[in-house]
Amino acid sequence: MSEQPIITIRGLTNSFGADKIHDGLDLDVRRGEILGVVGGSGTGKSVLMRSIIGLQTPSAGEIEILGENMIGRDDADAKNIRRRWGILFQNGALFSTLTVAENVQVPIREYFPFIKPPLLDEIAGYKIAMSGLPADAGPKFPSELSGGMRKRAGLARALALDPELLFLDEPTAGLDPIGAAAFDELIQNLKQRLELTVFLITHDLDTLYAICDRVAVLSDKKVVAVGTIDELLALDHPWIQEYFNGPRGRAASAGLQKGHRAS
Amino acid sequence: MAAITSDSKERSDEQGDNICRIIGALTITRAASTQREIDSLADPLTIDLVGVERMDTVGAWLVHRAVRDRQARVIGASPEKQLLLDQVADADHPTRMRPEETNSASRALAELGDWTIEAGRTLVGLLGFLGAVILGMGKIIRRPKRFRLNAVVQRFDLVGVRALGIIGLMTFLIGVVIGQQGAVQLAAFGAEVYTINLIGRLSVRELATLMTAIMVAGRSGSAFAAQLGTMKITEEIDAMRTIGVSPIEALVIPRILAATIMMPLLAFYAMMMSLLGGGIYVWVDLGIPPATFIQRIQEVVPLTDLWVGLIKAPVFGFIIALAGCFQGMLVEGNSEEVGLRTTAAVVQSIFLVIVLDAVFAVFFSQIGWI
Repeated sequence: MSEQPIITIRGLTNSFGADKIHDGLDLDVRRGEILGVVGGSGTGKSVLMRSIIGLQTPSAGEIEILGENMIGRDDADAKNIRRRWGILFQNGALFSTLTVAENVQVPIREYFPFIKPPLLDEIAGYKIAMSGLPADAGPKFPSELSGGMRKRAGLARALALDPELLFLDEPTAGLDPIGAAAFDELIQNLKQRLELTVFLITHDLDTLYAICDRVAVLSDKKVVAVGTIDELLALDHPWIQEYFNGPRGRAASAGLQKGHRAS
Repeated sequence: MAAITSDSKERSDEQGDNICRIIGALTITRAASTQREIDSLADPLTIDLVGVERMDTVGAWLVHRAVRDRQARVIGASPEKQLLLDQVADADHPTRMRPEETNSASRALAELGDWTIEAGRTLVGLLGFLGAVILGMGKIIRRPKRFRLNAVVQRFDLVGVRALGIIGLMTFLIGVVIGQQGAVQLAAFGAEVYTINLIGRLSVRELATLMTAIMVAGRSGSAFAAQLGTMKITEEIDAMRTIGVSPIEALVIPRILAATIMMPLLAFYAMMMSLLGGGIYVWVDLGIPPATFIQRIQEVVPLTDLWVGLIKAPVFGFIIALAGCFQGMLVEGNSEEVGLRTTAAVVQSIFLVIVLDAVFAVFFSQIGWI
């Protein structure tokens, strides 16, 4: 495809003291895809996401998102670009003193202070419904929600500004298999309906097989490979082989094929 | 730049509808103005989407609610836009956004009731906790091997040694203040020399112990509540229970013992610092030399005053640690609770200390230690 990638990362280097987490990392995310990012613990998946969304200033490298260079931009300037993406943090990171509805309204109020409260409530209402939360979830506080519902509420907040780009940090971690599968389906659905590009960090092999268009593998401080799972399986990288061909990887793959046959 | 044109005279169609033609972007950026435009047109309404280049879910929602509430007709929607409209319509469930509101009089009454029940529960809970601590201590006395000496000594350092600087400074200044205020007031009667009585008896009998207790409540009582509260949230205490270690024995009793043992020592140190502050003040301001000051103190401060101060101290230490640990163990749910409980621990322990101080004052007067 000749289209410009939505995220372009070149030569990204992140280090904490003497520890180098990333060293010359390159990665492209194409528009309209779900890119899964995998890697062992401590390979810097979360650091990579934090670098892209600007919570962490890299020691070197270029990051371009939606055609704009993000390194060294001042906050006021970056704000208008930031509004074009939504982020779901690992545990939802909902504001604990606000209700779910107020949580969803926070980004809208911040960027569009002229929207009147009744319309705000309606917008929050359909976002909450889109995220698959029950009708009475709006006035509840995060502490009253289960883990899965908190993730859905976090997703509703991430979708508040109709982003083009969605970052998800281990969305299915800590969910039961049924809840995780439902969440996968929800992400897939939303991506198709709202034409989202999704950057997805995960450990969940089922998620990778079920919804990811491409998978990027983080290892040795770099992205060692990017491609569909079939393309990755053809590679002779020991970690990739062990990851996808280990007992869990085979089970997830078998599960997917069974699902295909059934449908 | 995109614009909305809406001119019912020129553009009303054959059925006489008002037409709202939206051109350019129909997105959240223009949600407020688009809503105003749609609301300003009278029924019957037709919304023309031919000129819309970009539409997001908020834009689709605005169109959808016009269709839903005013039976507006939508024309010129491309298949993609129609899809988005359908999706928004799909997500249109009746959802509640705000908690139900009750009127203010009944709410005030309800809050008063809640508060009363809560206060009663806290009191009963504190009594229950005291019982659990006493039971735990009984177990340790029967099987002294389970006593955790290291944990207690560690708390000595935190509660006692590290508090020396701030408590010393505070009570030194209190001594100076008593001396200064006393000298000014007593000068009116020509009785400056009684300033020494004031400094000695106030410091030893009341203020040194009380001030130390307030400082320990602020420093250590709050720390106990925060530590135990955090351990409660991270499920460390649950883990401890499942391993078979009693949190009362491992966490609460060492803290309570440390505070109970350190408080009289700190109180005695505070008395000395307060006398030092007062002594230096009377030396500098009233010209009474230290030797005379010490001699007068020995004459005017009865030994029972020292006992009064020192007997109260361990009781205060016990109460402070008990309230701190109790509030810490009550933490449930989120991190906000840790802050609330820590505050509650300090307020509760200072309140209890002052109530007990009043009880002690009456008691000691009754037994003749005046």
